Amino acid sequence: MRAGALFLVALFAWPAVAVEPVTIAVASNFYATATELSTQFSDDTGIVVRVSNGSTGKLYAQILNGAPFDVFLSADAERPALLEKSGHAVADSRFTYAQGVLVLWSRDATDCLAVLQDANSGRVAIANPETAPYGRAAVEYLSGAGIWNAVSERVVYGENIAQAMQFAATGNATIGLVAKSQLRAPQLPEPACTWEVPASSHSNLEQQAILLARAAANNSARRFYDFLRSDEAREIVRRHGYELTP
Amino acid sequence: MNLFGPFWLSIQLALVTTLILVVIGTPIAWWLSRTTTRWKPAIQAVVALPIVLPPTVLGFYLLILLGPDGAIGSWWVRLTGDALTFSFTGLVIASCIYSLPFAVQPMQTAFEALPDRYLERAWTLGASKLDAFFSIAVPMSLQGVVSGVVLAFAHTLGEFGVVLMVGGNIPGETRVVSIAIYDHVETLNYAAAHRMSLLLLAFAFVVLAGMFVFNRRRGAR
Amino acid sequence: MIRLKHTAAKGDFRLDVDIEVPDTGITGVFGESGSGKTTLLRCIAGLEQGGGLPAHRRNVGYVFQQPTLFPHLSVRDNIEYGAKRARTRRMDSAKVVGILDIGGLLDRDPGSLSGGEAQRVAIAAALLRSPDLVLMDEPLAALDRDRRDRLLPYFDRLHDELPVPIIYVSHDIEEVSRLCDHLVLLDAGRVAANGDLFDVLARTNVPMLSGRNAGVVIWATPVDHEDGLTKFDFADGDIWAPGEFETGRNPLRLRIAASDVSITRERPAQSTILNILRATVEKICSVDDATALVRLSIGHQDLLARVTNRSVRCLELREGERVFAQVKSVTVKH
Repeated sequence: MRAGALFLVALFAWPAVAVEPVTIAVASNFYATATELSTQFSDDTGIVVRVSNGSTGKLYAQILNGAPFDVFLSADAERPALLEKSGHAVADSRFTYAQGVLVLWSRDATDCLAVLQDANSGRVAIANPETAPYGRAAVEYLSGAGIWNAVSERVVYGENIAQAMQFAATGNATIGLVAKSQLRAPQLPEPACTWEVPASSHSNLEQQAILLARAAANNSARRFYDFLRSDEAREIVRRHGYELTP
Repeated sequence: MNLFGPFWLSIQLALVTTLILVVIGTPIAWWLSRTTTRWKPAIQAVVALPIVLPPTVLGFYLLILLGPDGAIGSWWVRLTGDALTFSFTGLVIASCIYSLPFAVQPMQTAFEALPDRYLERAWTLGASKLDAFFSIAVPMSLQGVVSGVVLAFAHTLGEFGVVLMVGGNIPGETRVVSIAIYDHVETLNYAAAHRMSLLLLAFAFVVLAGMFVFNRRRGAR
Repeated sequence: MIRLKHTAAKGDFRLDVDIEVPDTGITGVFGESGSGKTTLLRCIAGLEQGGGLPAHRRNVGYVFQQPTLFPHLSVRDNIEYGAKRARTRRMDSAKVVGILDIGGLLDRDPGSLSGGEAQRVAIAAALLRSPDLVLMDEPLAALDRDRRDRLLPYFDRLHDELPVPIIYVSHDIEEVSRLCDHLVLLDAGRVAANGDLFDVLARTNVPMLSGRNAGVVIWATPVDHEDGLTKFDFADGDIWAPGEFETGRNPLRLRIAASDVSITRERPAQSTILNILRATVEKICSVDDATALVRLSIGHQDLLARVTNRSVRCLELREGERVFAQVKSVTVKH
């Protein structure tokens, strides 16, 4: 009798006692980094982290429609701000977790800038500017440098920055404007040229993270959120090719 | 992004694809309906693959095949100087493969239902095989042929996954209506998404209903 | 003469034919189902695998068992289909339409025709191709008795008014007896007999024609009526048949089944059998343990009698003897 009651109590109490997993949504450019971060975090704490990725805009739309994410790692600062204002996120939980760097990357062309400006030299892959901050930065850079006209006819839009990278990596696009962090990928072929786009030529690729409303009661989510701000995490982020704000 | 641009692009894609599929699909359907080779099941399976495979599989292999390093893509670049991926032509090729079974299968079924003796009679009356095909086989299988045409058209109109992989979302070139709707949803532009979706829905409905009315009239004879 | 040389193999069945048939009139091809009649026809038409000219290059018309009219074309377009593709248009369209009496059907939809009407249209279409030869594969088999009988006169007209030879396949000995001038017997893919219809039917040594199908056809002219019967003059004598047939006409074919003929040495005195003819025994052939076929000459034409071996022994029948033939039943082929 007593064993039975104990069993029932344990059965109902179990969910509260068991460790909840964390579900995070990350912008495509940060995917590889996020994977390493979550592995580290799981090793340290034993908490399971599930990672979803996509273009910033897509994830934002999904969150507005109730997607079950706990933490959102955006590629911009705008959308986290909007989420905070609309009550979808925990107040004052926004912080900059990385500073993105835009680069030119070409598999076959030896002079990135020349290829970019040559109207006859094939496709230019950028992420869709409407949904990917890197894509918007790319357009800003190209317009500001006065070469948008040479490029606009040749532009091909990736659904997110990962697809843009893929277009360039397979040679389907002669050159791509991608994130510096993507260059570390081991499966990527050796590029013939890369070139870092000066940060001043486009608006800040300030990538902000935010704790979503749904995660307010999730202890594991809070622990992951705290982990992101730790020195250990920041070191990993830097290693992946991002700048860090102090 | 306007309303009719992507819609018109989709219609163009569907029309060109359907035309090509009629030209190449009809002989395939005819051959399949008449052959007794033991390879028939294998060939039928190959033709039917696009129905079963996720569009992303097709899109993936097409990206490789049509890309500048691929077998078809590299030949194309040598021929024309342009890349095949991210072009309307590339989409046409992709759509032809993707919609092939939708054109072939209804036609094949109709051709199979045609007893040999009608063709034999035509031959004994002096019609060559080609003549008999056009003057007897096609008119007597018209319902199947029309179904094949309409289904290939409608199916191409709704193509998304393959286009997402090899299209590149270029306005006026590869931003077909399904991609445009997807973009609108992603950017929370629901009003525009509604407008486009309803237009496509209405159009597809009219086309399909038209086909069923046609088939019913012919069947009632 | 037309040479028919064809071989074909289908599973266990083998067709092997090499004969000549007349290039006028109607040649019947008779055999049981599975004897290869349709296969032979298809070989002649070029519809079987086997090389040679493709079907559309052979100038051969084909009438299928089922009319197989093209449903999406009017009757007129159906009959014109072959004419439009003929290399030389020798056949007079109006004449063929007249012979087959399909003038009133020309604007109709093939689906609305009766079986007999459809078959006449199919025949017209085959003829208007101006072929050198017309092949008919049991064209009346799909029709009921009544319709079949009504269609038979059309074949007479075709036979009499058009020069095109016809090869007519049938498994019905009555039909063949009625229509054909020449007869080819097909048995398991091989030709068992080939010759003039009347001669072949009178043979005693053809196994295919020694059973139910045994029987001759004779020509006779109707000359008189009495008691609901018609008297037919077959040049060497008279024979009575039921029915009232127009006298003074051309001769008609009469079919006399072998099982309806019996033999007596003396003229029977009082018998209900009307037709008792003087005959000479020409040939006696034992068919199996019990039965024998006897060919009797009744002048210029022959009869077959199906009797028992026992009777032959008892009567001590010999070839060359003069006897009497009792004919119990006669069918007038009209």
